[in-house]
Amino acid sequence: MNFPKNFKYTKDHEWIELQGQIAKVGVSAYAIEQLGDIVHIELPKSGTTFKAGESFGTIESTKTVSDLYMPVAGKISEVNQAALQKPELLQEDPYQQGWLVKIALEKDTSIAGLFGSDDYEKYLRESGS
Amino acid sequence: MTKNSMVTHESIINNSVPFAKRHIGPTSAEQTHMLKTLAMESMEELIKATIPDSIRSKRPLALAPGLSEPEALARMKELAQRNIVFKSYLGTGYYDCHVPPVIQRNILENPGWYTQYTPYQAEISQGRLEALLNFQTLVSDLTGLPIANASLLDEPTAAAEAMTLCFAHQTEATHQVFWVSHNVHPQTLAVLQTRAEPLGIEVLTIDFAQNTQVTDKLPFGALIQYPGSDGAVIDHSILISELKTKGVMIAVATDLLALTLLKSPGELGADIALGSAQRLGVPLGFGGPHAAFFATKDELKRKIPGRLIGVSKDTTDQPALRMSLQTREQHIRREKATSNICTSQVLLAIMNSMYAIYHGPEGLKNIAKRVHSLTTILAKALTAHSFKLVNDTWFDTISVDLSKSSVSLDLLHTRAEAAEINLRYPSDQSSSQIVGISLDETTTLGHICDLVMVFTGTNEESRAQVQTQINGLVYQPFEYRFSGRLVRMSPYLTHPVFHQHQSETQMLRYIRHLESKDLSLTRSMIPLGSCTMKLNATAELFPISWPEWNGIHPHAPQVQLDGYFELFRELESSLAECTGFDAVSLQPNSGAQGEYAGLLAIRKYHLSRGESHRTVCLIPKSAHGTNPASAVMAGMRVIIVDCDKSGNIDLDDLTAKAKEHKANLAALMITYPSTHGVFEDHVRAICDHIHDNGGLVYMDGANLNAQVGLCRPGEFGPDVCHLNLHKTFCIPHGGGGPGMGPIAVKKHLAPFLPGHPLAEPWEKWPSESLGTVSGAPWGSASILPISMMYIWMMGGPGLTQATQVAILNANYIAHRLHPHYPVLYRGASGRVAHECIIDLRPLKAKTGVEVEDVAKRLMDYGFHAPTVSFPVVGTLMIEPTESESLKELDRFCEAMISIRQEIAEIEQGTFDKVNNVLKHAPHTQQLVVASSWDRPYSREKAAFPLEWVKTTKFWPSVSRIDSAYGDRNLVCTCPHLTSYEGI
Repeated sequence: MNFPKNFKYTKDHEWIELQGQIAKVGVSAYAIEQLGDIVHIELPKSGTTFKAGESFGTIESTKTVSDLYMPVAGKISEVNQAALQKPELLQEDPYQQGWLVKIALEKDTSIAGLFGSDDYEKYLRESGS
Repeated sequence: MTKNSMVTHESIINNSVPFAKRHIGPTSAEQTHMLKTLAMESMEELIKATIPDSIRSKRPLALAPGLSEPEALARMKELAQRNIVFKSYLGTGYYDCHVPPVIQRNILENPGWYTQYTPYQAEISQGRLEALLNFQTLVSDLTGLPIANASLLDEPTAAAEAMTLCFAHQTEATHQVFWVSHNVHPQTLAVLQTRAEPLGIEVLTIDFAQNTQVTDKLPFGALIQYPGSDGAVIDHSILISELKTKGVMIAVATDLLALTLLKSPGELGADIALGSAQRLGVPLGFGGPHAAFFATKDELKRKIPGRLIGVSKDTTDQPALRMSLQTREQHIRREKATSNICTSQVLLAIMNSMYAIYHGPEGLKNIAKRVHSLTTILAKALTAHSFKLVNDTWFDTISVDLSKSSVSLDLLHTRAEAAEINLRYPSDQSSSQIVGISLDETTTLGHICDLVMVFTGTNEESRAQVQTQINGLVYQPFEYRFSGRLVRMSPYLTHPVFHQHQSETQMLRYIRHLESKDLSLTRSMIPLGSCTMKLNATAELFPISWPEWNGIHPHAPQVQLDGYFELFRELESSLAECTGFDAVSLQPNSGAQGEYAGLLAIRKYHLSRGESHRTVCLIPKSAHGTNPASAVMAGMRVIIVDCDKSGNIDLDDLTAKAKEHKANLAALMITYPSTHGVFEDHVRAICDHIHDNGGLVYMDGANLNAQVGLCRPGEFGPDVCHLNLHKTFCIPHGGGGPGMGPIAVKKHLAPFLPGHPLAEPWEKWPSESLGTVSGAPWGSASILPISMMYIWMMGGPGLTQATQVAILNANYIAHRLHPHYPVLYRGASGRVAHECIIDLRPLKAKTGVEVEDVAKRLMDYGFHAPTVSFPVVGTLMIEPTESESLKELDRFCEAMISIRQEIAEIEQGTFDKVNNVLKHAPHTQQLVVASSWDRPYSREKAAFPLEWVKTTKFWPSVSRIDSAYGDRNLVCTCPHLTSYEGI
């Protein structure tokens, strides 16, 4: 399973890709595989602010529904309309076309505490996944 | 004469086969054989090894020995005849109708339709799924809203679901207030008030006609009844649009028959429409079971409660139906669900849909016009005699104000009683003099004549004069008695299905055609764990067709109901005897609603002791999804308790959490035997621990079939439990309803049991009643004779034997399958209770075969799968019940073992991990006989994997269904044929 090296990951299986003060957030390939066929996602409006660890939406497969959690604090600057229209994108391309939201980070926000790809894989192995 | 000294007349005369032998599958010889297989000397040894001593009951059931079928039927008839069936004009959401005989015999009285469970295995349920899609289309067309579900329990609970949907959906910061029109049915208001209180919602009754000014306390939603409970047909479109601009959501409670003439709620701007579909071909039944309907706008489709049938496609791109968007439901969302609805009213919804198909849009409209016409004639006749009507608009109901008349309420009452007529009188507490009269499909001109005679005090000799007056009215021109703006112009039921089956021959064939696509108990066992798919004996079902049970309005006066009250008394005391509790309420009309009622009783108990802070509800991780959903509805905070490796409640975790929440502990919800199918040793200690910390114990009675006659929950700790009469006590599952979920409680909870504002019981309703949970005072009363018949015919010893054999059958299956699949979770001595769980997870890693594949492959063998992935993902839970014979158990085991060999072939590399007989299951006839065949296995292996399958073959009508496709492209009404081309 592929976990891009330049991304950071959370215990709840979100990924975050930093692009200056803006970051893209999505769901890891591992989580997508666990969920099965994704049929619906719910995302917040642009402009909404979230704390780190706060739920910002839900992801639904045919079998289950899960909350999506913010990896870091920030304000939603863009929502992936294409993914809302076509949730299959998350399965087909979880790291590029299947991103969920872009967030404007608060000043001095650090993502250093999150998993790197190797640590995330190690975490998956250790948690018996 | 030859004399045989050994045989007396007595022994010959009394040598009839006891009913228990008909109900219980394995013969005594077979039972002995099965016990031997389990290395058990006797049944008692098996039971001793299964049920911990600490919970075994010390005394046998104090119930009479079983009656024979003719004896029980005679007794039931005698009871039935103690009900007096008056002609009902009581209305309030319940209207008499003609059940078309072709539907009565071939659906209501046909085990090919009433014995199935909820259509979880869609490939072998296409018949009822199509019938339910027709129901959804009927509802969607008539309400003018695109998304309709496959039924809810009754109109009042549907209204409560509308309220909580609006509550959950509110976007603007509004008050926690819900407006209810003063003209809703009183039972709806009662249920709304009960459901609102624990959630902190305030229900305000408003006269919209008087008070259209929006007050400062803006509600999040409002409910309007259209036509009103008193009969008025008012155009609410301006009010609706005013409220909607302020962000208030609008729900309209309505009547499908009226909507054939009236502008739809959707056209009036409503967000939600709901109501009872009963009058479309389902008997009054003293209040139920009936299907409620619920429809919404497209934007609310992910919030709609209940089952939603949708169109998808199978692997061959053929259209195929299944339950869609299941992630909305309690079994997925658990404590985050906004509704606990599970079972609904499938059988009744199917009857409604068939009624609409049989009559077609024109036929329905004619029935509606006829009712409307007769109402107008009655109104004119009464006004001609100087009676004053409250409203000048109506569909089928008029309200007569006697305060301005020379006839007193008492006099009218006396005359009506003499004519065996029930009218809707004002309640005893009210000073109102208004009498309601609702007409229906069964009303004739003769009945109009009777009514006018009652009002005018005309005696029989002068009948001709009244007839002459009515005849004069009959020849006046027909006109709608409501605003021209409300006359329906939009079409409905345009789909071909509502036009093609209007001869009885066509109807019969359509019903049979659909029936043949469904696997029911008439074909093979349905070993669904936690569902108890036992025999629904024909003799048990007979009484539900008798007019003395099903022809009675739920608000009929007490004096006419001697038979019903005697039935309730005896059923309640029998259920109390079986469970060891002190009092029973028959009101909850589903298991989930029983849970809700039980928790409300607990809530009321704490409130009565001044402990309103006790709101924490502990629930084991393995609980059924309805448990946490019900707890939240009852205003409780859910704390999850872990389970240990053997499926039992983790005692350490429970102790820690009970201690942590000691100050606020309200309740523990447990299932016994556990959802893992095990009699936990520590249940007594668990209950004591909760009691010591100030909480009460709620027991989910889903698994009561493992206890009746052997142990009584009331003796080992729980304070309240619900009973699924549709599991343990033989009410058929109806393909997904009706159910019945009465609750049984200890003395200290009895004062809090449900009550009802409109009916009087034989005694009084409980003093500190929790309120009203169902629309009808005794829930789905007309199916209670089924459980009573079962108890009478089995008797105490028969019921006990049934439980023993249920446990024997489950242990036999566990024993036979264990060499092939690991059996998870056993009790201390290695025994399972009345069901067993087999684990398929280890196979997935090696072969790619998932539990779903095994479930689908079982269809090729002619079996319905056991419960899939509950309570443990990746497992099957098998509950054979006592009714399955040894031969049937062996057939099922052979099928499972044969499937294990097919999996082994993948393990050994004979077959590919993706292209194999399991991944492609189920196989349709079309596929198997097609001229081309490109599978790596033979056609014979696909369709006839074992010799006996050749003689018992059941063909799934579609192949594996693509769930994702259907969830991504929701279609929940009948697609016109052209739209299938896109698939």
